[in-house]
Amino acid sequence: MSAAVGGAAVLSDAVKDAIRTEVGKYPQPRSALLIALHLVQDEIGYVPLEAQRQVAGLLGIRPIEVREVVSFYPMYHEHPVGRRNIQVCVNIACALAGARQVVRALEERLGVAAGEGTSDGAYSLEEVQCLGSCGTAVCVQVNNEPYIEGVRSDGIDDLLRKVC
Amino acid sequence: MAVERYLLPPEGSDRRLLAAYRQAGGYAAAARALREMTPEAVVEEVKASGLRGRGGAGFTTGQKWSFMPKPGGPKPSYLACNADESEPGTFKDRQIMERNPHLFLEGLIIAGYAIHARAAYVYIRGEYVTAFRILSKALGEACDAGLLGKGLFGTDREYDIHLMRGAGAYICGEETGMIESAEGRKGQPRKRPPFPAVYGLWGCPTTVNNVETVSHVPAIITRGAAWFKSIGTPTSTGNTLFGVSGHVNRPGVYELPLGTRLREIIETHAGGVRGGRALKAIIPGGVSMPVLSAEQVDVAMDHESLKQVGTLLGTGGIVVMDETTCMVRAALVISRFFRHETCGQCTQCREGTAWLYQLLHRIEAGEGSDVDLKTIESVGGYMEGQTICALSDAAAWAATGFLRRFRPEFEAHVHKRRCPLPESFEA
Repeated sequence: MSAAVGGAAVLSDAVKDAIRTEVGKYPQPRSALLIALHLVQDEIGYVPLEAQRQVAGLLGIRPIEVREVVSFYPMYHEHPVGRRNIQVCVNIACALAGARQVVRALEERLGVAAGEGTSDGAYSLEEVQCLGSCGTAVCVQVNNEPYIEGVRSDGIDDLLRKVC
Repeated sequence: MAVERYLLPPEGSDRRLLAAYRQAGGYAAAARALREMTPEAVVEEVKASGLRGRGGAGFTTGQKWSFMPKPGGPKPSYLACNADESEPGTFKDRQIMERNPHLFLEGLIIAGYAIHARAAYVYIRGEYVTAFRILSKALGEACDAGLLGKGLFGTDREYDIHLMRGAGAYICGEETGMIESAEGRKGQPRKRPPFPAVYGLWGCPTTVNNVETVSHVPAIITRGAAWFKSIGTPTSTGNTLFGVSGHVNRPGVYELPLGTRLREIIETHAGGVRGGRALKAIIPGGVSMPVLSAEQVDVAMDHESLKQVGTLLGTGGIVVMDETTCMVRAALVISRFFRHETCGQCTQCREGTAWLYQLLHRIEAGEGSDVDLKTIESVGGYMEGQTICALSDAAAWAATGFLRRFRPEFEAHVHKRRCPLPESFEA
């Protein structure tokens, strides 16, 4: 169960236990950092500073060493994103298949620009780089879920139905 | 002649469960290697097969393995498997992990045995949640069946496989960037020497192999180096997975011998260019490799033939572009990617990728000049051969490759102050 300390969510016992289990797989605890941050984000939706401090404590490293990893990797969010974070690949194969039109159609339907979220916190829209699904472009990923493939700008209603 | 597949399962056959994989002869190669062959004999067989790495660089796998120290040294040895597939245009390792996970695990078992590894760590890109789930399940089955862990295959050895997750950084597909990331740091590549075989994961001797590379090994052990060498060309042996994307009728991953003609891959296997349009450009091996023009479509897809036409095989990820495609936009999309993915530690790459993007953006918007075209060449020149890893070279090759191959189209953007291709995709 997560509680609030100074407005920031902290880690549940379940996540702490899961992180401790991961640590046991490696000769050095720090190697569990990336998976630990995924566990945190899966639970809280992003990786707030307080959670970064707690992860640092669990792995025996300094908070700045966690922060530099959080800020380096595109999958981690330091600030809240929409509950459904819609990520559209805009790299070459998806671009050739109409990724720009897909992004534009989503921007119009959600009323936000790529990189922003709706004011009710329900959705956010992100352009991402190659997801490794070039044969089934355009590829969309919502949060950390299996890919939605072969998306077209005239199928946005279908997409949003699947995403909800 | 029909191609005999050994990487991807036959159509309609589900090999994801251990029982199904075993029924098709699975894990016999690992049993044979661990029970009847010495590690050195495995290395020799793979060396003799001519297998070259399928991650992009094409280094000879058996030779890489032979750089590892003999057992009994002060530090354990590790196998680090690069499953951070993120070179744009590349989506083949995902096919192996999702459709033939036990073949991959069997390859990891044999490879780890050959290099006396204590364990294998598989670094899977963070977005590949389906591959991660399928592999986790397969790994659990293999452990329960005694194919891993203490006393695997009834031997007195111990060997484990651990799955790790990346978090969206392309640079972690670079082998030392991946090692840094696996240690819980930013994925900034290391200077070499020392090479990973001397100083890899946690400072221990480490071999880094790609997913597809190790997945060739079971067939080599079962059928022998001579059989493997009979496929492909004398110096590019075996099948490989060509991923075909872009403007073709049947995009997908095709398992074919190295040396297959690019024209055959596009026309026969991928169903030709969409809508009967004319072919214009092909990226042969992921966006890091210089682009080819339609006149070069008869090239054979092997290391040597591609080198002769000024590009490289890379990952075998083929991106096909038809006559409507604006080459400046294609270069722009790719330069945007490299600008996003530079790790920032080398000045030439950090600044150069941003410059290339800005220059291409300006030209695409109809605001470029002839000087900008010269600047692309000069910035590219400063980016090649100057940095810790090859991302900088790749970013330079991509931009200068498009410019050199399609210069009149770049000049048309500058002189007409707009894109001359009204039907092109949008960047």
